[in-house]
Amino acid sequence: MSLDFHEQITMLSNQPILLCYHCHKCTAGCPVVEEMEFGPDRILRMVQLGERERLLKSRDIWLCAACETCGTRCPNGIDIAKVMDALRLEALRSGVTPAEPDAAKFHKLFLFVVQTLGRSHEASLLIAYKLWTLNLLADMDSGLQLFVKGKVPVLPKSIKGRDQVRRIFLKSAEAVAKENLPSANPASAQEAK
Amino acid sequence: MSRIGVFVCHCGHNIAGTVDVKAVVEQLQRNGDVVFAIDYKYMCSDPGQQLIRESIEKYQLDGVVVAACSPAMHESTFRRTVSAAGLNGFRCESANIREQVSWVHQQDKEAATQKAIEIAESIVEKVKSNETLEPLILPLTHRTLVIGGGIAGMQAALDIAEAGYPVILVERQDHLGGRMAELSGSYLNFQAAPDLLEKKIQQVLNHPNIQTLLNAEVDGLSGYVGNFRVTVEQKPSATDGAVVALDELEPLRFTFDVGAIVVASGWQPYDRARLTEYGGADIPDVVDGLTFEKMLRSGEVIRRPSDGKIAREVVFVQCAGSRDPEHGVSYCSKVCCMYVAKQAMLYKERVPNGQAYVFYIDIRSAGKNYDEYVQRAMTDYGVLYLRGKVSRVFREGDQTIVWGSDTLTGRAVEIAADLVVLATPMLPSHGSTELGQLLHISTDGYGFFNEAHPKLRPVETLTAGIYLAGVAQGPKDIPEAVSQASGAAAKVLQLFSKNEMTASPLVASVIEEYCAACGACVKVCPYGARQIHPIWNYATVNAALCQGCGACVVACPNKASQVRNWRVEQVMGMVDVLL
Amino acid sequence: MSAYTYYPGCSLESTACEYDASVRAVFNALGVELHELEEWNCCGASSAHSLNPVLALALPARNLALAQPLGHDLVMPCAACFNRHKSADHALRHDPQRRKELEDIVGFNYQGNIAVRPLLEVLTIGVGLQRIRERVKQPLAGLKAVGYYGCLLVRPPQVTQFENPENPRLMNQLLQALDAEAVEWSYATECCGGGLSLTKSNVAARLVNRLAERAREAGAAAIVTSCPLCQINLEMRQSGTQKLPVFYFTELMGLAFGLPEAESWWSKHLINPRPLLAELHSSRLAAAA
Repeated sequence: MSLDFHEQITMLSNQPILLCYHCHKCTAGCPVVEEMEFGPDRILRMVQLGERERLLKSRDIWLCAACETCGTRCPNGIDIAKVMDALRLEALRSGVTPAEPDAAKFHKLFLFVVQTLGRSHEASLLIAYKLWTLNLLADMDSGLQLFVKGKVPVLPKSIKGRDQVRRIFLKSAEAVAKENLPSANPASAQEAK
Repeated sequence: MSRIGVFVCHCGHNIAGTVDVKAVVEQLQRNGDVVFAIDYKYMCSDPGQQLIRESIEKYQLDGVVVAACSPAMHESTFRRTVSAAGLNGFRCESANIREQVSWVHQQDKEAATQKAIEIAESIVEKVKSNETLEPLILPLTHRTLVIGGGIAGMQAALDIAEAGYPVILVERQDHLGGRMAELSGSYLNFQAAPDLLEKKIQQVLNHPNIQTLLNAEVDGLSGYVGNFRVTVEQKPSATDGAVVALDELEPLRFTFDVGAIVVASGWQPYDRARLTEYGGADIPDVVDGLTFEKMLRSGEVIRRPSDGKIAREVVFVQCAGSRDPEHGVSYCSKVCCMYVAKQAMLYKERVPNGQAYVFYIDIRSAGKNYDEYVQRAMTDYGVLYLRGKVSRVFREGDQTIVWGSDTLTGRAVEIAADLVVLATPMLPSHGSTELGQLLHISTDGYGFFNEAHPKLRPVETLTAGIYLAGVAQGPKDIPEAVSQASGAAAKVLQLFSKNEMTASPLVASVIEEYCAACGACVKVCPYGARQIHPIWNYATVNAALCQGCGACVVACPNKASQVRNWRVEQVMGMVDVLL
Repeated sequence: MSAYTYYPGCSLESTACEYDASVRAVFNALGVELHELEEWNCCGASSAHSLNPVLALALPARNLALAQPLGHDLVMPCAACFNRHKSADHALRHDPQRRKELEDIVGFNYQGNIAVRPLLEVLTIGVGLQRIRERVKQPLAGLKAVGYYGCLLVRPPQVTQFENPENPRLMNQLLQALDAEAVEWSYATECCGGGLSLTKSNVAARLVNRLAERAREAGAAAIVTSCPLCQINLEMRQSGTQKLPVFYFTELMGLAFGLPEAESWWSKHLINPRPLLAELHSSRLAAAA
């Protein structure tokens, strides 16, 4: 257990995690709780107790659909989706193998495309994602349908201000690294492995 | 030359462990106005007080300085001691060498000793010119105003009336009984409430010492403890036998002189429209606790409000709006755990083959026989308690779907209910904040009246002569409201135990020839004790209202305002000694 | 305001191209000026806020920087884009420290002179239901549909400032203005799992089919949405034989306005809405006869 971890996630998410009194209202309304191992309420409890490794390795943080139902109804005003974001970010920074690798890969690819083109491009994204996850056959019929219907332009559109967008990526990465030194600490990354 | 005695207290190790008390005594003995100085282990003990009394006689002292703890602690003790030896109590002052010296300078004993000497010297300087004063004597009206005719207000009124003093009971509604009159029964004894309450109401209405004004509200207050003047407006009622329409009748106005006021203005339910995730106020088969009480009062089987079908599945949602800062109420409403248990049991009596569910976060059943009562709901009545807060309530066909959770298994729970009862919190009655402003008593952010001290003065307000009873001060159940009401009545009777009141004479006064009637003191006085005399055109002080705070002294450009025994030249003399 | 700046967002350039086409057609028909923001960039969607909270605000902040000199409110058809831009605007407006950081990263000075607004709100309140009602040429009488908003349009309410997040009414009011029958149901703001559509398609499918089933139970023949991520998820992940077509609300406006180009939008749908529309047409003819 590490209480520093609780402080770190509180800072990163900017949410008052200690206010949680475990009423489970978040869990009662969560659309994906059936698929989760712990659910949002126990995730908050584990953050309070500093159970870093179990959390960062948990599939729940990748299953969260970011629908914000939990945060909207929380009696203590905790935006739990923001806590999930912080946990995802922390998992990737620590080099933990994500329990749902596809989700992590998708997010990374998506941002890579945006960083390169300034906008997203579904065709490139889909093909790259399928190749990377070696999951070529799933969804092939609906994917093909999209191409047939001309909904996915083959050639990417990009913007002139790509350099500006790239600069934003660079500076944001710096800002996050600066904002939270504890996670940049190699010792903690080691521990996670 | 004065003949002052200085008594330096060790307070065991508290003072003597840091301050060199012998050095303080030696130094004070050199003061030309001090004829005697001595130290002792505990000045507040019997032998310590004895030492002071004997020394006054032996050395013919005309003033006493006790260098010991804070005056808040023992000033009155030592003034009594001095009076017993025949010296005026106001010729005695405390020099605080404990809280302001030994406790805060433990690291530097030498400096602490020096500071103790200087403080004692400055207080000697003050006592030299202290006036001989007597307590103020004020008249006292032995009549009480009780605001609110619910169970708390009625209990306070009856207790005071039984002691032989007249009571004016003002109630906004057209009947007595308050919210208790809306209940199906009280918990612990759920069959009894209507009958119990009716007896109380009859006692109040028939009591020769109680004058009850219904449809009436207090709309003006002046004066001070023992001498309040209140005005009450009473709406004309249908029973007046008027021929003209009610709204054309002029309201009746009354003025009363009273010595004490008990505020028992009660509560109102939280507006469930604010709970949008529970359907707001739009789902017909979702009701709040008070509405369910009405359904129980009829004595009939419990039916769905939407279509009159018997309610076979009933879900109670505790903490619906309370303990929920995001919905505006962060406090625990205290009574809901108990009344939900009662309602669930009564429901089971009406619909024996129905199922009752209770969603709760915690069960708060502290009190004599309370927890056993909740246990009975679970064991004897088969009410299913589920630990978890409900996330959403919505309509699906003719049923009401409840999405809840059971934290003990970690599972989400869905119930298709016929009726959902929201245990919403108690809020102070509407207009509480305005009533507080009228009476000059403070309210918290919700509108509950603030007690003078949360632990040790729970029925008093910070305004002398005004007391609190019932939910107006904070959520509580019937036995607690009744206890507090009797407590408030005891405070009133304590005040009425004398024919007149005494008050501290350490109040402001005005040197009339210096006063330019500029009104600066009137503006700054927080107690409304200042006025410009309409004929003589100088500022006056209402000694009963003045608390001696000194704001007028600071504000007065001509130094016409002075506080007794804190006169400007006295204070300047103390400063000179310190420099 | 008579003119708006338009931020279509990436989806409207591809999977939701019919949404884009219908938005432009409807504004044109209503005579309200809509100018696409030039050089706009992707908002970062859920990927940015999953991986970097600063980037998640900085990407939309660049668009705000581009839009503010134009002086018109910024209209967002996509719920996700709206949420990201509104979050950035919220941070810039209320968090001075964040504002300084974002201004530095993007290289601009935040003015706060324009508002980020969702398309649904701009059309129903900004332009107004009355104007929409007046423009209807072919009322959609007989069309039974449920309104579906999209999580990110309504939540979190402190940021989105949208109407009641538990029971929003704008979509139903709009459907009624088009003379369609707005069927009441309780799932208008329940999540469809759009964010998991690609990575956890089985989860998304479960949520989508629950919604479709509830909509059918309520008596609806179609779902109407304002979110492109919901729309494609709801059409792509629906299973069974009686699939409900999912319309963009602007498509139904175009249909009710009698715009000829509406016909070209239906071929873009993964669930063909033509049988439903034909049925509606024939029953209307029968009623007229």
